Amino acid sequence: MKDVQGIDTSGEKRRLMTRLEFYGIDAIHLKERDEILPGRLIVIEGTDGVGRSTQLHLLRPWLESSGYAVVDTEMTRSELVGAGLKQAKEGHTLGPITLNLFYATDFVDRFESQILPALRAGFIVLTDRYIYSLMARAIVRGADAGWIRSIYGLALIPDAIFYLRIGVDDLIPRVLQRGGFDHWESGMDMKLGGDLFDSFVNYQTRLLEQFDAMAIEYGFEVIDAVQPVERIVEQLKERMFPLLPQG
Amino acid sequence: METYGRHEYPGRLFIVEGVDGSGKSTQIALLRQWLISEGYTVFFSEWNSSPLVKKTTSRGKKKQLLTPTTFSLIHATDFADRTEHDIIPPLKAGAIVLADRYIYTAFARDVARNVDRQWVRELYQYAVKPTVAFYYRVPLEVSLSRILTGRTELKYYEAGMDLGLSNDPAESFKLFQQRIVNEYEAMVDEFDLTVMDATLPIPEQQRRMRKLIRPYLQSVRRIRTSAQDSAWAGLAREMRPSHADLQGRHGG
Repeated sequence: MKDVQGIDTSGEKRRLMTRLEFYGIDAIHLKERDEILPGRLIVIEGTDGVGRSTQLHLLRPWLESSGYAVVDTEMTRSELVGAGLKQAKEGHTLGPITLNLFYATDFVDRFESQILPALRAGFIVLTDRYIYSLMARAIVRGADAGWIRSIYGLALIPDAIFYLRIGVDDLIPRVLQRGGFDHWESGMDMKLGGDLFDSFVNYQTRLLEQFDAMAIEYGFEVIDAVQPVERIVEQLKERMFPLLPQG
Repeated sequence: METYGRHEYPGRLFIVEGVDGSGKSTQIALLRQWLISEGYTVFFSEWNSSPLVKKTTSRGKKKQLLTPTTFSLIHATDFADRTEHDIIPPLKAGAIVLADRYIYTAFARDVARNVDRQWVRELYQYAVKPTVAFYYRVPLEVSLSRILTGRTELKYYEAGMDLGLSNDPAESFKLFQQRIVNEYEAMVDEFDLTVMDATLPIPEQQRRMRKLIRPYLQSVRRIRTSAQDSAWAGLAREMRPSHADLQGRHGG
C-alpha cells in the first residue's frame, strides 16, 4: 500500500507541480478529479516548542515579497472540528482512539477545504505540521501503526518535508522560556510520570523516536533546530528556493 | 490498541443493521427487555450518540460543511467515543452490549457516498467484532413506504442530497437507499451477517432472534437468575410462549 519509492524530494529539485501521489489509498479520488496541482506543498515538521511557527512567520513574508501567494494552515484550526476538538480536550472523557480520529477529521477538513483548493490555484501551501506529527502522537498513544497509516494514506505526498530536529535536553529550556509545560504536550493524558516535567521528558522522548524513524521512512530533510533562528531560516530558504515555480 | 476480531472479552455484543424502516430498532428494543428480564446486565448503545462529538456533527450537517470523507471521519470519531466508553468497558465487565446500527452502517452509507470501500474498512479497525450481527433484510418498497409515509421532510444528508443524484429529496432518498441496500447485501458474506426476514410478523422475528442468541448466553453472568419478580416477566412470557407454558405458575 505504501509507495516509499515516490517520496524522494531531494534528488529532483525542479518539478512543475505537486504530484498526485499518495502514501496509501487515494480515498478522496483526487486522481479522478485533478490532472495537475500547480501549487507547492511544503511541510514544516518538528515537535512541540521546537520553533516551527517562528520559522513560518519568517518564511511567509519572504515568499510573498518574492511574488508567491502563500496559504498557511495548522492543526486544530479547521472550520468543522476546531471548536469541538478544543472543547473535547477540556473535558476528561476523551479516549485516545477518539482523540486520534478527531485530529484526523480536523486534518482532512483542512486538507479538502484549505490545502487542495490552494494547490489547485497555484499557491505555495506552507503547513505547520502534517500527517507525521499526527501519526507520531497516535502511535505514542498506543494506536495500531497500520491503522493510523491507512487513514492518513489519503494525504498527498508533499514536495518537501523539513524536519526541525532537536533532542529533549535542548527542547526543555525552550519550552520553559515559552511559558512552561503544557498538559497535552507533556502527554499528561498518558500518565507517563509523576509530574509535568517527568511526563514531558518521557512523552517527548517517545515522540522524537517516532519522528526519527519517520525521517528515514518518509524522506524528511533534517534541519538542526539547535542552531540560531536566522541560521535555520537561511537553510530553509536555500532548500525551498529550487522547489518554487521558476525557482 | 486491539484491532477488529482480536478483542477477547467475557461480555457479548449483539448488533442490528438494516435500512431505515426495516424494523431493526423495534427488534433490538424487544431483545433488550427480554435480556433484562432474564437477569442479564445489558448496555445499549445507539448510532451517532457520542456527547463529545455530537455538536461537531450537527454543526457540520447544519452548515453543510461535510464532504463524503469528513462525513465518514466524524462518524468514525463518534463511534470511537462509543467504543471507548459504551462498548469496551461493559464487554470487559462481562455485560451484554446491544447496538442499534454498527460499523456496517458506516460501510454501507459511506461507500454509497463514493468513499473508498477499503479505506473506510481500515478506518474502523478499532471496532470490536460483534458476537452476532443481525441484518434485517426488507424489500426497498416496504422500507420506503414505512419511512416516507406521513413524513414531511427528509434531511439533506439523510436523503443523500450531497450526492447530487436528484433535486427531489424523496427521489434522492430512494436512489441513495438503493445504493445502501446493495452495500448491505454485499457485506452479508464479507462480515458473516445473520440475515433476518424483516417482513415477518414482529413477534415471529423476535422469537427467531432470541433463539439465535440463546446459545451465546450460556456462560454469561446474571445478576438475577429468575425473572419472576421482574416487571418484565409478563412480557417475557408473551414473547416466549413455549417457555411460559411450561411455567404455568406465572399465569394470572
